[in-house]
Amino acid sequence: MTLLDTPSDSAASAASAKRVFLRDETSAVLRVDESNIPLAETVDIDPMSTAPMIVNMGPVHPSTHGVLRLVLEMQGEQVLRSKPVIGYLHTGMEKTGEQLSFLQGTTNVTRMDYASPLFNELVFSLATEKLLNIEVPPRAQWIRTMMCELNRISSHMLFQATNGMDVGAVSMMLYGNRLREETLRILEKVTGLRMNHNYIRPGGVAVDLPDGWREDIGGLLDMLPPLLDEFDQLLTGQPIFRERLQGVGAINTEECLALGVTGPILRGTGYAWDLRRDMPYLKYDELDFDVIVGSYGDCFDRYAVRLAEARESIRIVRQCIEKMPTGDYRLQDKKVTPPPRARIDESMEALIHHFKIFTEGFKVPEGEVYVSIESPRGELGCYVVSDGGSHPHRMHIRAPSFVNLQTMPHMMQDALVADVVAIISSVDPVLGEVDR
Amino acid sequence: MPRIPILGDTAEIAEKGLGGLEHNFLTARIEDLVNWSRARSLMPATFGLACCAIEMMATGGSHYDIARFGMETFRASPRQADVMIVSGRVSQKMAPVLRQIYDQMMEPKWVISMGVCASSGGMFNNYAIVQGVDQIVPVDVYAPGCPPGPETLLHAIVTLHKMIESDELVKRRDANGGGAGVTVEQRDGQTATQIVLSR
Amino acid sequence: MSEESDTAVADTPVADGPVADSEAPAAAEAGSQPETAYGVAVTDSRGQMVLHPDRETYVETITALRDDGFVSVMDLCGVDNLNRVTRDLPVGVGAERFEVVVSLIAHEPPRRIRVRVQIPENDPTVASLFDVFPGTENLERETWDMFGVTFDGHPDPSRILMPPDWQGHPLRKDFAVGSVPVQFKGAAAPR
Repeated sequence: MTLLDTPSDSAASAASAKRVFLRDETSAVLRVDESNIPLAETVDIDPMSTAPMIVNMGPVHPSTHGVLRLVLEMQGEQVLRSKPVIGYLHTGMEKTGEQLSFLQGTTNVTRMDYASPLFNELVFSLATEKLLNIEVPPRAQWIRTMMCELNRISSHMLFQATNGMDVGAVSMMLYGNRLREETLRILEKVTGLRMNHNYIRPGGVAVDLPDGWREDIGGLLDMLPPLLDEFDQLLTGQPIFRERLQGVGAINTEECLALGVTGPILRGTGYAWDLRRDMPYLKYDELDFDVIVGSYGDCFDRYAVRLAEARESIRIVRQCIEKMPTGDYRLQDKKVTPPPRARIDESMEALIHHFKIFTEGFKVPEGEVYVSIESPRGELGCYVVSDGGSHPHRMHIRAPSFVNLQTMPHMMQDALVADVVAIISSVDPVLGEVDR
Repeated sequence: MPRIPILGDTAEIAEKGLGGLEHNFLTARIEDLVNWSRARSLMPATFGLACCAIEMMATGGSHYDIARFGMETFRASPRQADVMIVSGRVSQKMAPVLRQIYDQMMEPKWVISMGVCASSGGMFNNYAIVQGVDQIVPVDVYAPGCPPGPETLLHAIVTLHKMIESDELVKRRDANGGGAGVTVEQRDGQTATQIVLSR
Repeated sequence: MSEESDTAVADTPVADGPVADSEAPAAAEAGSQPETAYGVAVTDSRGQMVLHPDRETYVETITALRDDGFVSVMDLCGVDNLNRVTRDLPVGVGAERFEVVVSLIAHEPPRRIRVRVQIPENDPTVASLFDVFPGTENLERETWDMFGVTFDGHPDPSRILMPPDWQGHPLRKDFAVGSVPVQFKGAAAPR
């Protein structure tokens, strides 16, 4: 904790000034070098002073969703300016991605956004497929669509759990996790893992859907709506919850677009922009679903958008079950896909093929692509540069949380410190994706 | 024979042996009792880092129910925590923070390294990740997996319980001179605190 | 750089993306890929229009794109092309070691465009886009952190992912991949 020399009347001017993004004394972003903030014991603190104070929050804090750190400039309980400090989970995945072949790349990217790993695999696979100029079979596309929507449900349930807990409804952790467990059970049955599936790969998906998948997923979809209605009963109409979220952390469409913000934050402002509808990929152009928008762009709208999106995902998965075609679950192109496991036991050529494709990988034509999809947090993009080898020359993930994090100082300006927690939660950052 | 409060009337003890007592009782080494009670009420520090933190939260959910092991109270303050579950990859930037949290925890304290990233760096052998959290803090139990499922974490917790009960940890710390070296100073008007355990 | 920049700025770029768009007249008129758009050289990469401004016209080009309906910068990242021989660059654009790649999006009609600017190794500096699109702040900080490309006019040119006192720029090709020893920085000694 440190006291600044700023005169105390700057608080009033900051509060009254119009919120502006560009460099200005009244900017919401606290541009301070966090390494130069003096320690508390080196500063002479006058306990009666009313000057603004810099408070550090995180990186280990129960409501910062992992390791987000915030430096807050406070006037009493009011936040004047703030700055998110990130990098505490920096994993060097983009460097590691250059060491792994295109086939191995999905194991790497799936660990970025650990709340929605299938989306990371999907965007990397789509980028690789665009470089290879191949198109995966229809069944693989439908499986991808369906699994991604299941993953979206589990991701939004995790948000409901943490959002409820952050604003004080601790039992929502149990409710949200219960729903998430039901979804994860399906994901585990199909992919073999609860998280970090490495299921969607260049050329299709790793394995076909297991026997009885229609009954399993159908049972889940029958089970989910009443459980989702519990959220409405417990949270949506609850006055304390509404008081904590309504009108807190409001942001408008222009600000969102200028900051490059996507996903539920942008839709919460009433701007209907969803890549699934507006720039469709996979089979979304054959599906019937609604784009959910809010009206005020506050924390409550973001909560409501995510809850309603989970319901839309249920609709989408139902359609996927109906429309699921038969056929190959991955491309039958021996350059890209390994032989079936059963063939390896009986064919020497298949064994050699399997060995070669997993040790050397496949060559990808030279070029660069940017592919993007709508992840539960916004536009998830992948920029891949290939130099003609089997490894990417450069692999960059445009992480939605990383960009969305820039809204925090603007949402937090003039908010109370208790609202800061609600705002962090409503942005729903996944720090693994922010720091990569 | 005098009347001993906890045992009741001890007059018949000479004739009937222990059967002559009003109450049953057990005898044990106090070390065993303390270790038993320690093992049953561990309070983990919330140290969620990456993917494994989500599985740690799932372990706290109703399906896996970490409360069965007396560990549902995740403490935000390291001062109130006994065990740190390092759940996820530890970056170079996070390493000093992690060490500081560990130093702030009160002795006795234990560390579970959850997942391969925390245990060995995992698949991220690069510039950013500390190759094993045991380079920074002493680790008692390593939970394998990427991420370890809740079952694996529960297994690690049960393993830690057994280690605490069997007193292995104290012996190990004694042997290598580890531990935080916390000393209790006598203040005016108090009698000196007798530390009878673990040494 | 082309001389017909004045006229080309007015042209609508070729619509990209899966949504068939009848409002982009340039696509129908041109028939083939134009050599310049917005006054700078242009290439096609897997159906995506890529602009290649030089460092002087970089901000101008982005501003022109913004005025043409590109509402957001979606992505900004660096690329290190050390030891890379062949590159798909248009005639007249010299290959340099570093590249800054900007992806923009327009919503009406939905389309994307990419801008690649070459940054020489001996002077890795380019103007910041902060004044045009404030959303590039984090992305430019990351590019500086990872590649050492400085952005002139950036309000907060500091490291974002690595610790503030870190040496080197990790995503450069000449930065070692392997693990490095733990660096303790300012950690309190064990009591």
